[in-house]
Amino acid sequence: METLNVQIESKSENESLARVIVSAFAARLDPTLEEISDIKTAVSEAVTNCVIHGYEEKDGIIFIECTIEENNLTISIKDEGVGIEDIEKARLPMYSTKRDKERSGMGFSFMEIFMDKLTVESELNKGTVVTMIKKIGNIS
Amino acid sequence: MQAKVKNNTLIIYVNGDLDHHNAEKIKDLADMKIMENRIKNVIFDFENSNFMDSSGIGVIMGRYKLVENIGGIICAVNMNQAVKRIFSISGLFKIIRQYDTVQDAMSVIGEEK
Repeated sequence: METLNVQIESKSENESLARVIVSAFAARLDPTLEEISDIKTAVSEAVTNCVIHGYEEKDGIIFIECTIEENNLTISIKDEGVGIEDIEKARLPMYSTKRDKERSGMGFSFMEIFMDKLTVESELNKGTVVTMIKKIGNIS
Repeated sequence: MQAKVKNNTLIIYVNGDLDHHNAEKIKDLADMKIMENRIKNVIFDFENSNFMDSSGIGVIMGRYKLVENIGGIICAVNMNQAVKRIFSISGLFKIIRQYDTVQDAMSVIGEEK
């Protein structure tokens, strides 16, 4: 098993940094271009959620933990922000609590579409952890 | 980010990833240009962009809502496979037209005037 642990400041500039770090780690599994772009999108959605929703664009730390086990990549992205009141609702496509900011409400849907498995755990005023798993080289 | 105005069409040259960070910049730039120049149509040029996430959808949808009631159209050009995939999965192609180049989009807009 290989692991990666990174902490980044909750800033929109760091969204691209998170994508690059995780996709570089995932490169060890020799993914296709499409798989890399799936991973980048999913990471981007999760980190953006931390910045906009978890920390509401204020200061905070985002914790990124990745593991590779055989050909499974697990990505866990955590914030210690406000938490999600209704996870089921939040996961619905096109649902957003920030529609006024032109949020499409597709964040969790994209994580689901581009990864094989998604779990969301959250507690109000404690924070949120999103865990995503993707099997790389899943062609058969 | 750069923008150019030709008649009543605004061309936005997306520079870098269209994520939440850049979405805010594009939104501000586009809306300023739209107000200043009575813009009807918007072309997003992805030649220098390889990535878009759901924040990009918000920006494009938002500009669509601004111009749709005056009969304007939104085009996207020079998209790579990754960006095209986001457009098609999100259903954006139902309302946004896709062309290979800015010139292609401009000539279609010109014909429909």
